[in-house]
Amino acid sequence: MADTVPILRIEHMTKSYGEKVVLKDASLSINKGELKVLIGPSGGGKSTLLQCINFLIKPDRGRIWLDGTEIIRAKGKELYAYRQKVGMIFQDFNLFDHLTALHNVQIGLVRVKGMQAKAAKERAIHELDRVGLRNHMHQYPAELSGGQKQRVSIARALAMDPEIMLLDEPTSALDPELISEVLDAIRALRSSGMTMIMSTHQIGFAGEVADELIFLEKGLIVETGPPAKILYDAEYPRTREFCSKITELYANSSS
Amino acid sequence: MTESLIVLYGALPYLLRGSLVTIAVVAGAMMLGLVFGIHLAVGQVYGGRWLRRVIGLYVWFFRGVPLLVLLFLFYFGLCSLLQINLSAFTVSVIVLGLISSAYQSQIFRGAIMSLPQGQLKAARALGMSDRKAIALIILPQALRLSIPGWSNEYSIVLKDSAVAYALGVMEMMARAHFVASRTYEHLPLYFAAGFLFMILTYLGTKGLRILEEKVRIPGYSA
Amino acid sequence: MNELFFLQPDIISALTRGLWVSVQLIIPSSLFGVIIGVTVGALRVYGNTAIRAAGDAFVLVFRGFPLVVQLFIWYFGLPHIGIYLTPFAASVLGFSLCSGAYQSEYVRGAFLSVKTGQTMAARALGFSGIKTILFVTLPQAFRRALPGCGNEIIYLIKYSSLAYMITCIELTGEGKIIASDNFRFTETFMVIGAIYLLLTSVAAWVIRRLEGRLYIPGFEQYS
Ligand SMILES: Nc1ncnc2c1ncn2[C@@H]1O[C@H](COP(=O)(O)OP(=O)(O)OP(=O)(O)O)[C@@H](O)[C@H]1O
Ligand SMILES: [Mg+2]
Repeated sequence: MADTVPILRIEHMTKSYGEKVVLKDASLSINKGELKVLIGPSGGGKSTLLQCINFLIKPDRGRIWLDGTEIIRAKGKELYAYRQKVGMIFQDFNLFDHLTALHNVQIGLVRVKGMQAKAAKERAIHELDRVGLRNHMHQYPAELSGGQKQRVSIARALAMDPEIMLLDEPTSALDPELISEVLDAIRALRSSGMTMIMSTHQIGFAGEVADELIFLEKGLIVETGPPAKILYDAEYPRTREFCSKITELYANSSS
Repeated sequence: MTESLIVLYGALPYLLRGSLVTIAVVAGAMMLGLVFGIHLAVGQVYGGRWLRRVIGLYVWFFRGVPLLVLLFLFYFGLCSLLQINLSAFTVSVIVLGLISSAYQSQIFRGAIMSLPQGQLKAARALGMSDRKAIALIILPQALRLSIPGWSNEYSIVLKDSAVAYALGVMEMMARAHFVASRTYEHLPLYFAAGFLFMILTYLGTKGLRILEEKVRIPGYSA
Repeated sequence: MNELFFLQPDIISALTRGLWVSVQLIIPSSLFGVIIGVTVGALRVYGNTAIRAAGDAFVLVFRGFPLVVQLFIWYFGLPHIGIYLTPFAASVLGFSLCSGAYQSEYVRGAFLSVKTGQTMAARALGFSGIKTILFVTLPQAFRRALPGCGNEIIYLIKYSSLAYMITCIELTGEGKIIASDNFRFTETFMVIGAIYLLLTSVAAWVIRRLEGRLYIPGFEQYS
């Protein structure tokens, strides 16, 4: 396990808004095929951390390596090339509202990767097929359910052939009955060997699929470890408190 | 009464040819305003502090000075000062266009700012440059949302185009007045011109409503 | 001499004379415009079918005809039916009616936007119809109409320059005379433009201040 270079490594990532520090010296690394899950209270900095990783938010400090190569000049072509390799799934989907499902998946291939329209279309259809939405490809986002939208957004990210995916609370904006279809898509991704960092409040799902849980509070990575340890045998009282509260909630809601 | 009608009937083809001039002025001005307005709006939303400030000044100036004064300034003043020979028609198009670009920029700016932040974020996350993201993701949505405001702006520019008469552009108003002062049938001719303007307003706004419906995104409401 | 051109006494007095005429055009026209706007706007909401139709027709025509056409009708057209107006009177009439038509749109929209729950609540408290309008509907509608009506007054300041086209010599007209007499078109119209810019900016500032004054937390300007 330790013989390989981690696919992604970040060190000392820091971000503040004015006086307020929202991310403090966060470091983590992830190997190919792993799934790491960020947990923690609302406002803890999960979204900030994920968006700092692909520079949607510009960190104040911190270094990033992808495949052992440091991203030094996060600007222009280098940045765009890097972002293509880092897929992102948003809590509120952010499908392009003026494009059909098919075109949502296709546009990055044509306009960013420079693929021919025909080849891009085939690829897009293939990706939509993988998330079970081939029959909905001509529908516009406003005509899709939340779960379908999120699956389109997964297809859109996958079409770019990312080396790693960032998922920011992919199920939080969904009605309860639609959550499972998205979780299934993520499970399928996991078994296909995709490397992922995900933030979620779905603690049960996190425990089931994650290689490692990362507990983030007030911008600080408090504790990191395998699910069993973090959920039931955490070192720090804050982690224990959070996990017991949230597992209780989860147990109640799923019963 | 019958005399008035005979004059009116005789003058109608002349007025209608004037409506073509009016349409040309308005079309030119709206297009100029569209191209400039989009750039101004994008600059005002995404530009740096200085760019935003300069655009703010531009908008403030062209929204604060009367059309007639700008027509005089450009036609009698700047054109001869800079030794460029522009026709009254061209100057009218330019001045109306510059003013409209200031107003249109505010329509587009409002539309851009009403879009959810996530649209730009998602485009960036795919590896698009900001330029591409704006051209492919932001503007197609913002321009759709701008059609009602643009339609309103059209009806204003159309009516303002009658002021080009002050430079001697032979548009509808000028022609109505020309015939009126020869035939002494002022009222019928002015009313005819007024109704022709109303018809053009109606046709234009109707056309834009059809366009709006045509490019409407299914299910989308903002 | 070149720089001091606009400091010559006769130029200054011509400009102030023009500005004064402009102010005399703008102030009564905007007042009449607001009065017409509120009256027509209210009638178009609360009047019976015939009154509403008449109001709609008024607005259709006075917003539909270009202001220049309207001014020409009042100044060059009316003499044909035996009514002679001075250029000044024709201008004020034209500005007031056109502005009133636009104002009435904002007023009407504002009245319509006051939620029915508000009037029902007033009725439930025992307010009469008039008292409901006076104490509940008007104060709310006024706030909603203010931005649009304020904008309309700024438009009026700019459109007052069109009085020149029916030979009412106000600021723009004086400017045209100065420019032609001295062959100084660029500088003159720059100065004239700057004066209008000052007027419109001051008006915009006053209106914003007024809006701020009347601000109510949580009261949506547009609904
Ligand atoms: N643009 C901003 N300006 C100021 N503060 C911000 C900004 N964006 C985020 N924050 C703050 O940063 C902190 C971390 O926010 P973040 O969205 O990363 O939390 P989170 O862990 O994702 O929470 P949630 O579970 O609610 O999504 C919050 O306290 C938030 O208020
Ligand atoms: Mg978040």
